[in-house]
Amino acid sequence: MLRMLHAVAALLALALVPAAQAAQKEREVSIGLQAAITSIDPHYHNLSPNNSLLLHIFEPLVKRDANQKMIPGLATSWRAIDDLTWEFKLRKGVKFHDGTPFTAEDVVATYKRVPNVPNSPSSFATFTKPIVETRIVDPYTIIFKTAAPHVLLPSDLGSVYIVPKAIAEKATTEDFNSGKAAIGTGPYKFVEYVPNQRVVMKANYGYWGGEEPWDKVTFKILTNAAARVAALLSGDVQMIETVPTSDIAKLSSDKNFNLADKVSNRVIYVHLNQRDDKTVPFVTAKDGKPLDRNPFKDVRVRKALSMAINREAIADRIMEKKAVPAAQLLPDFFYGTSKKLKPPKYDPEGAKKLLAEAGYPNGFAMTIHGTNNRYINDDKIAQAIAQFYSRAGIDAKVETMPSSVYFTRATKGDFGYMILGWGTESGEQGSSLRSLLATYDPAKGMGVTNRARYSNPEFDKVLNDALVTMDDKKREAQIQHAAEIVMNDVGLIPIHYEVSTWATVKGLKYTPRTDQYTLATELKPTGK
Amino acid sequence: MLAFTIRRLGQSLLVLLVMSFLVFLGVYAIGNPVELLVNPQADAIERARATAALGLDKPMLEQYWVFLSRAAHGDLGRSFVFNIPAIQLILDKLPATLELAFCAMVIAVTIGIPLGLVAGLKPNSFIGRAIMAGSIFGFSLPSFWVGLVLIMVFSVQLGWLPPNGRGETVMLLGIPVSFLTLDGLRHIAMPAVNLALFKLSLLVRLTRGSTREAVLQDYVKFARAKGLSQRRVVGVHVLKNILIPIVTVIGLELGSVIAFAIITESIFAWPGSGKLLIDSINQLDRPVIVAYLLVIVTIFIGINFVVDVLYSVLDPRVRLGAAAAAH
Repeated sequence: MLRMLHAVAALLALALVPAAQAAQKEREVSIGLQAAITSIDPHYHNLSPNNSLLLHIFEPLVKRDANQKMIPGLATSWRAIDDLTWEFKLRKGVKFHDGTPFTAEDVVATYKRVPNVPNSPSSFATFTKPIVETRIVDPYTIIFKTAAPHVLLPSDLGSVYIVPKAIAEKATTEDFNSGKAAIGTGPYKFVEYVPNQRVVMKANYGYWGGEEPWDKVTFKILTNAAARVAALLSGDVQMIETVPTSDIAKLSSDKNFNLADKVSNRVIYVHLNQRDDKTVPFVTAKDGKPLDRNPFKDVRVRKALSMAINREAIADRIMEKKAVPAAQLLPDFFYGTSKKLKPPKYDPEGAKKLLAEAGYPNGFAMTIHGTNNRYINDDKIAQAIAQFYSRAGIDAKVETMPSSVYFTRATKGDFGYMILGWGTESGEQGSSLRSLLATYDPAKGMGVTNRARYSNPEFDKVLNDALVTMDDKKREAQIQHAAEIVMNDVGLIPIHYEVSTWATVKGLKYTPRTDQYTLATELKPTGK
Repeated sequence: MLAFTIRRLGQSLLVLLVMSFLVFLGVYAIGNPVELLVNPQADAIERARATAALGLDKPMLEQYWVFLSRAAHGDLGRSFVFNIPAIQLILDKLPATLELAFCAMVIAVTIGIPLGLVAGLKPNSFIGRAIMAGSIFGFSLPSFWVGLVLIMVFSVQLGWLPPNGRGETVMLLGIPVSFLTLDGLRHIAMPAVNLALFKLSLLVRLTRGSTREAVLQDYVKFARAKGLSQRRVVGVHVLKNILIPIVTVIGLELGSVIAFAIITESIFAWPGSGKLLIDSINQLDRPVIVAYLLVIVTIFIGINFVVDVLYSVLDPRVRLGAAAAAH
């Protein structure tokens, strides 16, 4: 059904019609979002669409630029005094929307609230937990102590939005949703929240960061891609996020619209189940008999599976060029990425040779599992990969399913070859290597999303050293080294980085971001 | 009548109980909501905390028992995703869906029955054939396609009607409705027509079939022979007699329009409860799914009850007590 809707979205854009005159009042703008906002409470649900939207109202100590580099937010500077001590200098002269001045007390109270939000389905406590002791030196200087060296503290605190002390101490999630407690320091003030429908904001004229181009911003939740495109075409909204790939060509040739795109922090990758030495689910000999061992344990097989994929073709044909072939977990302008790593070259013959060396001259049979409603064109990617494998002598079947079913089973280890996606919100590769590829040890937070249970002691050692190195330059070199080890060992198979797209009406320009956030603060009139 | 009502009530409670258990079991079998809700970078402690916070750490049957005992006190649980009481989330959205459904049914009934009558009385005329041909389109064109074409023509090309949303609402007896404002009417026009199209065609065909059957009946011939006006023959003798199957179908269809207006709602971004259900299923938001289906089953039961009462009004031979006893 949804797929048919996508097809019709293409039809819609095909229609050679001028966009209806934007019923756009001066300094008012409507933006079509693709996902629901689940709460206005900034500490209730650690979810990308929420974090993006709430950044208009609230702010963290550390903000990020369009490439996710850390920049001063409510803190003007920060430094590590020693391995276990951090000092943050806070911005002076900042006022909350209710007029109370922002001080260190608010930061302390906010961090105290974070782990105690009732019924939170995904807590922000992960970010504040490393802090074991807090000391207020003066109203604009604050010291945090951690139990172990924690180099990512500034980055982590960049995810926690500050609320006034009085609100942090008392307000419930309902108070935020109703607007009573939706008070931050951000460039926009809360006006209205209707779940699954819209969020309305108005400008905060006293904002410390200067004046914004909009008086009023309305975010409309338009989860259906065809409806989102139709809303833009008819002038009901002036910008949409996540333009369906099938509509991109039409919109970009239409003079009435501007497109903006940027490679994102989300990589689409394959995990190869290595939980068991002997067997692996859904992988057999071609005649259906079980194999004598788990082929994914052999680096030659993993290499072969990686080089048998034509990444260029997937990016060009399936993704309509809105993807960039991947060599690691983040595009190589991010912190901790290695410029030495290049996407493996497409080489089906080489793959066959490697498979033969590994003892599979005739290949084997397997089922590729993936989602069909989570990532851009996810089911088509799975089918394309299966076809590339048949050229390398592997019989591959495809089974895709909705993410509500898929992730539970993937986490249980039900699949052998699984296609997944990962967005790096911290903007540095160390945290992703740690979640996806470190040896599984959930108690220590290592390899928590390592669904393959891949394990490489050499890589673990380099990564663990990196994670406690306080010096930024030195740490970056260590993370790069760790990435090179694990990518050369094919700990996972990177496919591509998704490119996110935005479309605006003529006269507006959006500055795209790697974190896929849609921010009214980045939407500017181009001038008359 | 009283015995009938009490018996109905008992049956309804049983239906609700069985249905809630099946939905509980079904959602439990699909997957673990924590997988979708928790941030993927979360460690084991955070996962365990989230699981416990949502009450998912207990065995399935215990979770169901907790649900039942709370439901007995009128608490159907809180949405995992929104942390808002599920029933509140649904009741916030339900008026929009009810309004859309009723508007669609009004359109279908006021246009469908007269057209069906005309087609049934003059089956071989040009107009009769044209109505039947038109109804085939109404039947066979997929509603999402019609919806998108409507948007394309009336919003994108002509710019007459807004493509999505509900528009301005006013309070009517404490319920927000949009059909009383011009802006609201402009918003509801396309989705209501889109939703009505299939029902309209169904009613045309049903009315036509029944009418053709009825005009051949002896009592109609007799009425004609008596010299009654065409108007009285059609209005009283034909129409009243064919209304029983039509009322049944309208009742059933009204229920299904309320429960499953999902496609129309998502194309026109109509803030109704059908969209809420689909989103909740995708997120495995069990409290909302269960509460939603309970509400819908209750509505179905209510509609069926009204239909049964209408039977007895339309046809004096039907007695509710007797009908129930016969079952």
